Amino acid sequence: MLIAASIAILVTMGLALVRALAGPTAYDRIAAVNMFGTKTVLLIAVMAFLSGRTDVLDIALVYALINFIGVIAALKLVTHGNFHSSDFEENHDKKGGAE
Amino acid sequence: MILDILSWIFLLTGGALGIVGGIGIYRFPDFYTRLHAAGITDTLSALLILLGLGLQAGWSLAAFKLALIYVFLVFTSPAASHALANAAMHSGLQPKLANKEGELKHD
Repeated sequence: MLIAASIAILVTMGLALVRALAGPTAYDRIAAVNMFGTKTVLLIAVMAFLSGRTDVLDIALVYALINFIGVIAALKLVTHGNFHSSDFEENHDKKGGAE
Repeated sequence: MILDILSWIFLLTGGALGIVGGIGIYRFPDFYTRLHAAGITDTLSALLILLGLGLQAGWSLAAFKLALIYVFLVFTSPAASHALANAAMHSGLQPKLANKEGELKHD
């Protein structure tokens, strides 16, 4: 059953990878990579129980942390083009223009 | 054992839900619908798979680590989905709407 769950997670990761490679916009790619990372965490957890070494769960925990930070960083890079701009003024302008 | 059967049911349901989310993110026509499929199935799939693994683990350190992973995922996955939708909306990406009456306007 652990093997079936890991195969299901691998199929999901493959579909998310196809969307990450073929996504029309950058946001599609980031969403697919976010899903890929979440499924990677689950796959590491299942693999830890499959091999009987539950110490590997620490790696899954660290991967969940890195995945979230990486998604937010990639999102900021795509939105602003750099990492150093303070986004208060831009957001204020965009909001005023959009509404 | 009842716990084993329950754990298998949780694992298989979580895997099936993950595949449903994968098909959704592959086949849906729009960024927002894709984000809908991905963001909703992520949390419940993670809950079911980690719960199944936790039933296999019993009361041990591994179960605590699984609970920690789930708590972290349940906080960060909706936050990442919200940040994605917010950034896409601010960058001017419009959702694809039905054009039955020939109008593509929103609001």
